[in-house]
Amino acid sequence: MSSDLDVFVGNTTLIDEEVYRLWLDGHSVAEAVARRLRGGLLEREATSVAVLQSDTRDHYRTFQMLERLLHAPPRLLQQLLFQIPPERQALLVQRYYAFDEALARELLGKKLSKGTKKELDEVSARTGVGIRSCRRQFDNFKRVFKAVEELRGPLAENIQQLFLLPPSLARDYAAIVFFANSRFETGKRRLQFLSFGDFAACAQSMMAHWSQGALAPEAAEPDGDLPKSFLQDLKELKVLVTDKDLLDQHKSLVCSALRGKISVYNELEANFKVIEPCRSDKWSPGDLRLFLQHYTAAPRNLPGFRHQALWERYMAAISACLLRMFHD
Amino acid sequence: MPGKLKVKIVAGRHLPVMDRASDLTDAFVEVKFGNTTFKTDVYPKSLNPQWNSEWFKFEVDDEELQDEPLQITVLDHDTYSANDAIGKVYIDIDPLLYSEAATVISGWFPIYDTIHGIRGEINVVVKVDLFNDLNRFRQSSCGVKFFCTTSIPKCYRAVVIHGFVEELVVNEDPEYQWIDRIRTPRASNEARQRLISLMSGELQRKIGLKVLEMRGNAVVGYLQCFDLEGESGLVVRAIGTACTLDKLSNTSAFLPACNSPSKEMKEIPFNEDPNPNTYSSGPSTPLKNQTYSFSPSKSYSRQSSSSDTDLSLTPKTAPSPQGPRIFLFPSSPTLSCDSPHLKKSCLLLSGSSIKPLHSSHVSPVVLRKSVSFTEELLLAASGMGSGSAGKEGGPFKTLLRQQTQSALEQREFPFFTLTTFPPGFLVHVGGVVSARSVKLLDRIHNPAFVGIMGNTRSYKLLDWNSFNSDEPETRDAWWAEIRQEIKSHAKALGCHAVVGYSESTSICEEVCILSASGTAAVLNPRFLQDGTMEGCLEQRLSWQPGFFSIGSEKGEVDFFPQSQDSSSLLGIEEASPPGCGFCHIPYDELNMPFPAHLTYCYNCRKQKVPDVLFTTIDLPVEAIVVGKGCLIQARLCRLKKKAQAEANATSISNLLPFMEYEVHTQLMNKLKLRGMNALFGLRIQITVGENMLMGLASATGVYLAALPTPGGIQIAGKTPNDGTYEQHISHMQKKINDTIAKNKELYEINPPELPEEIIGSPIPEPRQRSRLLRSQSESSDEVTELDLSHGKKDAFVLEIDDTDAMEDVHSLLTDVPPPSGFYSCNTEIMPGINNWTPEIQMFTAVRVSRLSNINPTNQTLNKNFNDLCENLLKSLYFKLRSMVPCCLCHVNFTVALPEDELVQIAVTAVAITYDKNQALQANKAPTEKSQQRASTDNEEQLQFPLELCSDPLSSQPFSPAKEVLEGASSHTGIPAAQRATSLEKASPLAEGYLRHRSVPSGTNSTVSVVKMTPLSFLPGAKITKYLGIINMFFIRETTSLREEGGVSGFLHAFIAEVFAMVRAHVAALGGNAVVSYIMKQCVFMENPNKNQAQCLINVSGDAVVFVRESELEVLPPQPAAAAQPTGAAGDVTT
Repeated sequence: MSSDLDVFVGNTTLIDEEVYRLWLDGHSVAEAVARRLRGGLLEREATSVAVLQSDTRDHYRTFQMLERLLHAPPRLLQQLLFQIPPERQALLVQRYYAFDEALARELLGKKLSKGTKKELDEVSARTGVGIRSCRRQFDNFKRVFKAVEELRGPLAENIQQLFLLPPSLARDYAAIVFFANSRFETGKRRLQFLSFGDFAACAQSMMAHWSQGALAPEAAEPDGDLPKSFLQDLKELKVLVTDKDLLDQHKSLVCSALRGKISVYNELEANFKVIEPCRSDKWSPGDLRLFLQHYTAAPRNLPGFRHQALWERYMAAISACLLRMFHD
Repeated sequence: MPGKLKVKIVAGRHLPVMDRASDLTDAFVEVKFGNTTFKTDVYPKSLNPQWNSEWFKFEVDDEELQDEPLQITVLDHDTYSANDAIGKVYIDIDPLLYSEAATVISGWFPIYDTIHGIRGEINVVVKVDLFNDLNRFRQSSCGVKFFCTTSIPKCYRAVVIHGFVEELVVNEDPEYQWIDRIRTPRASNEARQRLISLMSGELQRKIGLKVLEMRGNAVVGYLQCFDLEGESGLVVRAIGTACTLDKLSNTSAFLPACNSPSKEMKEIPFNEDPNPNTYSSGPSTPLKNQTYSFSPSKSYSRQSSSSDTDLSLTPKTAPSPQGPRIFLFPSSPTLSCDSPHLKKSCLLLSGSSIKPLHSSHVSPVVLRKSVSFTEELLLAASGMGSGSAGKEGGPFKTLLRQQTQSALEQREFPFFTLTTFPPGFLVHVGGVVSARSVKLLDRIHNPAFVGIMGNTRSYKLLDWNSFNSDEPETRDAWWAEIRQEIKSHAKALGCHAVVGYSESTSICEEVCILSASGTAAVLNPRFLQDGTMEGCLEQRLSWQPGFFSIGSEKGEVDFFPQSQDSSSLLGIEEASPPGCGFCHIPYDELNMPFPAHLTYCYNCRKQKVPDVLFTTIDLPVEAIVVGKGCLIQARLCRLKKKAQAEANATSISNLLPFMEYEVHTQLMNKLKLRGMNALFGLRIQITVGENMLMGLASATGVYLAALPTPGGIQIAGKTPNDGTYEQHISHMQKKINDTIAKNKELYEINPPELPEEIIGSPIPEPRQRSRLLRSQSESSDEVTELDLSHGKKDAFVLEIDDTDAMEDVHSLLTDVPPPSGFYSCNTEIMPGINNWTPEIQMFTAVRVSRLSNINPTNQTLNKNFNDLCENLLKSLYFKLRSMVPCCLCHVNFTVALPEDELVQIAVTAVAITYDKNQALQANKAPTEKSQQRASTDNEEQLQFPLELCSDPLSSQPFSPAKEVLEGASSHTGIPAAQRATSLEKASPLAEGYLRHRSVPSGTNSTVSVVKMTPLSFLPGAKITKYLGIINMFFIRETTSLREEGGVSGFLHAFIAEVFAMVRAHVAALGGNAVVSYIMKQCVFMENPNKNQAQCLINVSGDAVVFVRESELEVLPPQPAAAAQPTGAAGDVTT
């Protein structure tokens, strides 16, 4: 005797966190039932496999119906179809938009396009995240990206408002959007050691210091885009590198300022551009911070360098990033 | 032109994209009432249009207001083609028509489309200005309040309970009209929805008129049902109990007035009748009802096939069509019940004036019917009055007979749809009475057939003649027959009233089974007359001689035809202890309608009680119960040959008695297995399908302290010489004994031991048991010769003489008790649990299963059906495991057989959490059970003073809160902080009120929470206001079943949508809960090959405002003081 139709609908929608987890992870009903069985539910509740299947299917159906609403969380709050207590709604949204950092790391800086979506199979294999879950997370990224792409104001706040995410999660999404927008290449071998968290922190610093919103809150440009003018201006700073003279002066200024303060002074000179050397030379974060301070401040004393404000703005973010990246 | 309806369309949100090109919608709204339509402007290119329309005003008479729903249609404007409908909202404006309910309907409603489901929401404001209409001959009944709740609603007091009201309306079903072939499914569904909405409005209005005629002002226990008869049409019918209700807040004002009269009444009867015991005899056993189930109806019905229920026939006599299914003979109660019947039938055969319809078919059923008729007379004649006191046999008899006759002539029925009563209302309970009749539907629209009906009696032809001109008359006649039958059964039990009364139908193709059941009872007339106090002087005058014969012109039920009778009743009522009085038998011990074994009440030891009591009502609050209760179900399938029309109806009516018999046997066995002795809330549903009948009985078993301890179940083997067999039997016996022991522990059934001599009842002789052999050849005459004297047996004997019997025993044992932490019942409250915590979860579960046996037998079907139910319950327990400890209350199973081999079970229930620790304490004092109810109405106790002064009805919880609320509502502007501090002491209610209101009001905030429950109360909360009845009918159809997630996905979404629409309506009325919620119908049809499915759902309930008790706690415990000021304020409320 098979049950063709089998539904359970509560006036308050039942949400089973474990089943939600399984659903989010992209398991099929059969897989989910198997996992629940392995969890010992059967013995604990003295029930049958059939009951477990029926229960799992009910939850899956509920989640499928909810998914549409989860795509626009404010609708979840306003909708009348499911009566869900607010804290449960928050949990649903939060879990739905939570992502695997490994996956996010893989996708960071990539264009959130169909092409990328097609590559998810490989990403799934590399990260161990189920393909269905990968797709859902990718779609989340893309959905958030599309929703805030054109909006003004602080990215993270916009995301928080539109998707009702907790602040930290909203900031992470802001980072993803930032990278997707500016297409930083994060896949380079030298950057492999950096985690998503590192990049997210960097993105935040960059947005905090470089974006339009950082200067003028009412700016017309979305935070995710770095202002063109700023990028233009940055060219001016190239003199610090391209002009051999200035570069040397800068170097010596920094060096003199730091003499005696940094234990690994000897290698200082070599370290002007990259982090790897610092790491290999076992700098302490304190050393790096000190170095960066002086490195940032030094040009003030350079003759003929007129872009100190710009430089400091640039360096504020860079310093933060470097400090973040400088870890084991 | 007595009313003006005003509607404003504010805004829409989350509309679907109707224009693919722009991904937007150009929405506008049509507002239609009656034949008038208004339109809003088109709000272009938006999914969240802000129409902010003017007030659309409809000037209509109040009849129209009552019948018509307000119809709001959202459309997408299309310049070049027809505008596309997005969806509709139907709003029943009835709640706005009576003063104490809602004053405005305002809120977000889901926009519903029968094909696409919910498509966005629309914000609407509706108001009604009613002008007073003094026209006496008006056709409307505005102002009559309707309640689904089957008890006197909290915050009201019953001044008079007038009695039964019923009405039905018939129409063609749009789905079956010719035009349906050319219109779209959407148009057809909408036509149907609208028609049903109209019909229920009309029905409600007509019922209201009847209530007004009776001088009532409300209908309680209102139950409206649809019969989708297919080709033959659509019937909307309703029953209810007319009452005169009084808002509790007003009581203080008029208490003094009513005080004296009621006292008077109490005393007078007492003095007049020195022999209070007249009526006090015993209870009925459950089977009894069946016994009486004969049907007069048959004689009137047009088809020969009509039949009734009675199980009473012993199956043995019946030449059963399928090869007789054999029964375990349960034991004394069953037997004893049956036997009288049989005897009588023999008697009666000779004398009965009514002839069996089919002469050729001398089935037991027929016999019974004819018999039963006489039987009833016999009973009446035998004089129920000759109780222990034994006096007044003669006059009493005649009086009764007179009464019987007059009652028969009367059009009204002494029925009450209530299941819970004010304390003292219920004097005695006789037992369950039920009646069924099988009817053929196709003839209605097919007059040509009438002539062809070969075996139709002339009666029927007569009956038929009317059908053309007036269809409702036919349906009315059908129900009238059934009700007559019920009434006569009740009389046979020495009862004048039927409480917990309900009616239902099961339709398959052209065959329809009509069923009615209730509990025969003797009521305290005081509650029925109180009305006189209300100031109808004439009435009072007219009473003086008879005192109790309330004017029948008023349509009130004539309960106690003669003063002596009633006074004696009153006397009894005063004398018998409240905790057990209702168990005392109402019929005459020496002349019982059936042999039952009676003992002296284990509680008061003064009156006789039966060994088992079955009822359809809720456990009376005052009942003394030992331990906890539990849900008991009997489940049964019977195969039936596919047949046409009359042959089909005949075979169904032949099967019915067997089914009822077996259902009762099962119930009895299961009850014993749990060590309990009474069933409450019994509901037996017989469902007819193409090739089978299904029976499902649900009830809540309890151990009533007043009734004797049930004996065990004893198994008797048939072949005693076989050693292994004996072993097997003893093994089973052990299993059964273990189960009983386990159940007693589980349900905490430890009745206090009573010394035997005190009881003075026939002492059981456990060894004695009579064996009944089943055999087909036995005729009814033989049966009567059987020794039916098991009245003295203590254990139930199960005879095992073949494999069927074996399986029956096995199946008895397959019912798994709920997992620990769970209890379940189908009544309002769980006996033995009294400390509910506020968390509730109402749910609906639906399962459709295929009985996929190639050659199904009754046994395999039974097993399948049993498994289906058990698995469903298991599944519920699992789903709700996070609520443990909790109780599933009001578990309501509905079975349907949508097509061959498909069984559909729908369950609606509510899970309520309770506090385990407190529960333990409470168990120590089971007598304080009545507190249970009090958990919802703290003030019950507080109101004791009121109660004492006159009227137990006034103990209906409470009142002040609401008024205070009203008062407080004007303070809404107070800042929150201030509220929290300053108001807390002054009027804590205000805070609660504010809290509740504030949520719904903000459109941007989350949606307000609306609780739903099938119970009449919310644990830990007080209902402060009833906003009106919710009665909604929806159709949903799909032509893309797979895409919507298959049948489960489709139905899951639909049920969720129905809940959502109910909640939205309640919230718009300003309410925060629906109580007495019921899903009356869930008709699901699928055609997987065409990828189509359709479902119809009908739900109802009472929209209410409740306030948490925790928010009320600060209220000073001075009910009297509180009541007065609020009483004064009461008038202010509109």
